[in-house]
Amino acid sequence: MVSFRKSRGSVIRAAVLSALVIGSTFAAAPASAQPQATATLDAIRARGSLVCGVNTGLAGFAQPDSQGVWRGFDVDYCRAVAVALFNDPNRVRYVPTTAQNRFTALQSGEVDMLARNTTWTLSRDTSLGLDFAATSFYDGQGFMVKRSANVEHAPQLDGATICVQPGTTTEQNLADWARANNIRFTPVVIERIEDNISAYLAGRCDAYTTDVSGLAATRAAQASPNDHVILPEVISKEPLGPAVRHGDQRFTDLVRWIHFGLVTAEELGITSGNAAQAAANDQRPDARRLLGRTGELGAMLSVDNAFMLNVIRAVGNYGEIFNRNLTPIGLQRGPNALWTTPGGLQYAPPFR
Amino acid sequence: MASDTTTTQLAVATAVPEAAPRTPPISVIGPIAWMRANLFSGWISTAVTLALAYLIARWVIGFVDWAFINAIWSVPNNQTQACRDLRGTGACWAVVTEKHRFILFGTYPYEQHWRPALVCVLFVGLYIVSAMRRFWRKELALVWILALTAIGILMWGGILGMPYVPQERWGGLPITLILSTFGLAFAFPLAILVALGRRSKMPAIKAICVLYVELIRGVPLISLLFMASVMFPLFLPEGMNIDKLLRAQIAIILFAGAYLAEVVRGGLQALDKGQYEAADALGLSYWHKTSFIILPQALRLVIPPLVNTFIGFFKDTSLVLIIGIFDLLTAGKTAIVEPAWQGFGVEVYITIGLIYFCFCFAMSKYSQGLEAELNRHRRR
Repeated sequence: MVSFRKSRGSVIRAAVLSALVIGSTFAAAPASAQPQATATLDAIRARGSLVCGVNTGLAGFAQPDSQGVWRGFDVDYCRAVAVALFNDPNRVRYVPTTAQNRFTALQSGEVDMLARNTTWTLSRDTSLGLDFAATSFYDGQGFMVKRSANVEHAPQLDGATICVQPGTTTEQNLADWARANNIRFTPVVIERIEDNISAYLAGRCDAYTTDVSGLAATRAAQASPNDHVILPEVISKEPLGPAVRHGDQRFTDLVRWIHFGLVTAEELGITSGNAAQAAANDQRPDARRLLGRTGELGAMLSVDNAFMLNVIRAVGNYGEIFNRNLTPIGLQRGPNALWTTPGGLQYAPPFR
Repeated sequence: MASDTTTTQLAVATAVPEAAPRTPPISVIGPIAWMRANLFSGWISTAVTLALAYLIARWVIGFVDWAFINAIWSVPNNQTQACRDLRGTGACWAVVTEKHRFILFGTYPYEQHWRPALVCVLFVGLYIVSAMRRFWRKELALVWILALTAIGILMWGGILGMPYVPQERWGGLPITLILSTFGLAFAFPLAILVALGRRSKMPAIKAICVLYVELIRGVPLISLLFMASVMFPLFLPEGMNIDKLLRAQIAIILFAGAYLAEVVRGGLQALDKGQYEAADALGLSYWHKTSFIILPQALRLVIPPLVNTFIGFFKDTSLVLIIGIFDLLTAGKTAIVEPAWQGFGVEVYITIGLIYFCFCFAMSKYSQGLEAELNRHRRR
């Protein structure tokens, strides 16, 4: 009897021990998992398609249409990379990612790149094992008010009630801005974006604050958009851009220079319509380099020399991508205009 | 009175063709009497009835106005201005007309939609066949294996001339049906084993079962899905990816297993000790005793809570939206992201609600029938 009990006890002990051992192996695993260098391009080529992490649905940036085809600003960046690699915009697999699982999806190799309106910040760049290839869209937090309120500038919001989502940088930005400008306001904190919007529309708050791109989309969806005004003040910096795994510089370079190529194409006035013609006739040295007529720029990125020609023909230049996806939801170019326009920030280093 | 009785007796005696049985006065039976007794028995009752009738009638008229009379059923080329001009006085069913294929099948390739449609039909057929008692034979397992294989082939494709469709493009109703069917089909046997294990006299098995049930029940399904979607891939070597849907499916199986196990254990405990002893007295082995005597009785006792859990899990599968899988609900939400269709959520949610209702109501009705049939001996 005694020995029987003993064996019982040892069985439990063994079970607990083995559970601990298994647990600790699992716990130790992520520390040893290091991203492999420069494997991404080879993996994409071997697979025959780019796996792109996109938003599960954000108007203008990434959303499936009625036929289930992904469309949007971010989606066009995925297509551009696929064209550069395969000369085929359809060789992309879109993996919808949420705000919570997007970074894991990239770290674990489930996706090759994230084109998912992700803000570039120092802590994300350094501690999450990812690199931001470029800033494809300069966003920032703004305010929307009803036209009938006769508010023209954000400082006039002193004493207003403002609808805001909790737990986001939006809420902190609002508090920081109010403190810096000595403005008192009453926050109306509502968890879901849709509820925030309906609270604002129902008049529970005087202003609604979120990123300007979100405000524009909301405004455009109203029955009469002109009843609402987006104030010109932008109180935070939200540079959004495609992100790739840290430590794979070849792929990072490719994504980065595709963005610069799109901007350069707009600068040079090369569009999806005239790109083929420009490749044949355009004598400007810049245009010839961009379209792969002179130099070995593509080879330096380990893609075809005419990769930008293919990209521009398939998805258009930066301005065309913007106009196709973001103008319909009521967004102005604003800081996303070319640097040659006053207030524009989109600037590409020379393509040479 | 006396003369009445005599007449009747006389009538019977002279064998006049049998008179139709006289019905009681209309004030005693029938809808009018029922209404009098239940709705208009006193002045308070009458007042409440009239007030409620007025409110219900107003609401119904308002709903019919909104949903049918003022509604817009389709618009050309995404021009939703007509819908917006209604300003809430009528439903814009055009959003469902335009987006129904996306809501049902998600981002599945448009020209291949017959495949997920066929999968849904297969699933419903499988449910109906499994529900009929006359098909409860060993061959049913074979039918299930065949049907599930066919479903896999249809969804993935890649053979028989059907192009390959990767998992991340699946969506809509098939995802909901896959997650709940596979989830419950695997969780139920697991639950029975765990419930038996928890009552086992072997301490290690008992400890493992208790640990499993308490651990899983101690965390919400959302955090399990997060673990499966966010934490688990980090433990795998680089380049090795277990399908996202499979990970969610396993999380759902484990979660449903723990809950069902407790339901089954309730049935085991409710069973009279005499049944166990009688089975032992017959000299049956543990597995014979369990499968012939204990489980048939225990499971019959717990049909209502089992179905309750089934229905709950059918709806809980919609939680996969937080890990970016397009189930029916997520597909519906995504359908109204497009600026042209923003603001027509009510119509989409009503449609999705109706689909969920059909499945849940069928489950509930079926379980009531099954319960009545299996418990017939108790109502003698």
